[in-house]
Amino acid sequence: MWDYVKLIALGMVALCSAIIANYARDFGYELHAILVTGVAAVVFIWQLRQMEQPRPVPTNEYMDGVIRAGVIATAFWGVVGFLAGVFIASQLAFPALNFQWAEGYMNFGRLRPLHTSAVIFAFGGNALIATSFYVVQRTSAVRLWGGNAAWFVFWGYNLFIVLAASGYVLGITQAKEYAEPEWYMDLWLTIVWLVYLAVFLGTILRRREPHIYVANWFYLSFIVTIAMLHVFNNLSIPVSIFGSKSVQVFSGVQDAMVQWWYGHNAVGFFLTAGFLGMMYYFVPKQAERPVYSYKLSIIHFWALIFLYIWAGPHHLHYTALPDWASTLGMVFSIMLWMPSWGGMINGLMTLSGAWDKLRTDPIMRMMVVSVGFYGMSTFEGPMMSIKTVNSLSHYTDWTIGHVHSGALGWNGMITFGALYFLTPRLWNRERLYSSRLVSWHFWLATIGIVLYAASMWVSGIMEGLMWREVDAQGYLVNSFADTVVARHPMLLARAIGGGMYLTGALIMVYNLWKTVTSAPERAPDTAAVPAE
Amino acid sequence: MEQFETMQQFALSWALVFLTAVFVAAVVWAFWPGNRKAQDEAAKSIFRNEDRPARDGSTFKEAWK
Repeated sequence: MWDYVKLIALGMVALCSAIIANYARDFGYELHAILVTGVAAVVFIWQLRQMEQPRPVPTNEYMDGVIRAGVIATAFWGVVGFLAGVFIASQLAFPALNFQWAEGYMNFGRLRPLHTSAVIFAFGGNALIATSFYVVQRTSAVRLWGGNAAWFVFWGYNLFIVLAASGYVLGITQAKEYAEPEWYMDLWLTIVWLVYLAVFLGTILRRREPHIYVANWFYLSFIVTIAMLHVFNNLSIPVSIFGSKSVQVFSGVQDAMVQWWYGHNAVGFFLTAGFLGMMYYFVPKQAERPVYSYKLSIIHFWALIFLYIWAGPHHLHYTALPDWASTLGMVFSIMLWMPSWGGMINGLMTLSGAWDKLRTDPIMRMMVVSVGFYGMSTFEGPMMSIKTVNSLSHYTDWTIGHVHSGALGWNGMITFGALYFLTPRLWNRERLYSSRLVSWHFWLATIGIVLYAASMWVSGIMEGLMWREVDAQGYLVNSFADTVVARHPMLLARAIGGGMYLTGALIMVYNLWKTVTSAPERAPDTAAVPAE
Repeated sequence: MEQFETMQQFALSWALVFLTAVFVAAVVWAFWPGNRKAQDEAAKSIFRNEDRPARDGSTFKEAWK
């Protein structure tokens, strides 16, 4: 019965999107409609071939197939996103790379959202979905709830990413930072996300452990909050159902405030809470000892989620936003110092008594550097949210440097650590193909980040000082173009740093590939398993 | 406007008290001496059930039952 419902729904989607493709008002929308028609048709045929076949669910096994797919997708999108980043960094250093023949498709303005979405949502998002599925099963001691719903989440999320990315290149954007996808992609993501929530929550509710492990608390807060943020920031009315353009419901300063309430909590709950879930599972596992203080982890969690949600207005200092609101944002950002550093200490101290692992285990080194960068960027962020500092740093490269020390250092490195941890386990291998290559990756990535962050500090502070420099008569000394010229060496150093980071990621992909194809297989479990 | 002021009043009185109380309760709960054993147990739970789910009735009842 359920199979028939799915079949009818898929047929309807294919038919409707084919009709929409026919009436589409812009090219990008037409292309997306054709793509959706194709996808729905393929899934329709797949579903048809599956009809009324018994599908036994092995309850004595974890559902790892979808996690394997997630690991592959994470590595793939990581390389795509880093490549896009290195390319647009080079475009800034050498404007000639905005090729004439690709004008309107591959210029900086089109590729920049492609880069940010590819690294945050495609690379980070796939990593979060895959690791959350891995962690919630192991810590709840049950198979994922909902059968193939987990596969729907994986494919649905990646379809969203393909739609969003191709849309940016073709000019489909609602021009909200980190929320560029237009109304129909937003609706689709909402559906996928609610199914994700159901799978995650369903697994927790059926758990066979008395306690919900702290990593799951972080993952859950990430899923719930992102759902809320996404819906409110994307409240818009499409101009026509046959076109991609929509109009925001909020306007002016309200729209700006909702946007940065969303934007900052995308950092707080997507890039922080979710990845802290990773930290609280993979760091103790790799160190082979329980987390330093479970009490501290509980306080870390509640303090973090109570404070983060208010910090958004610090993106709008000295704008039309009322002063009290931006002061509120600043105060809450500064208070965030405490839980952030509490969490960092908790992660680092998990190694107490096992510090020698830093010398012998490059994966551990990666995770520790990641937690170190978490501490560093959560120190830098509150500092930059102080109005006086912000008047110097805002709109300069310093902001970009800050974002990247968090994203490359904290999110990137913990994800690499998790991928190195997961791959041998998921493909049943004894160990990784090569530890030496992990070391290479580690050093390339770390030096790359240092080059990136340092050059952006220099460039950002220089820009800030040049923009505000006035002569004795009170006239501005520098034109904007002067700062552009002065930045050139720093932009070059940044592109080189990014290139090193990308090279490290390519080494990782090679290492993971060889792990799956040629590392020795894990010896079969010798412990007797009772017949079920 | 009136609606805004009502919401504002509520936000800076009852909602503030409520949120602070929830936070304080969470901290007290974390430090409650009786919870230490359960916390230690939870911290170690990641080292169990690595390869396959727990079998029926082997550890705990399903939580929602």
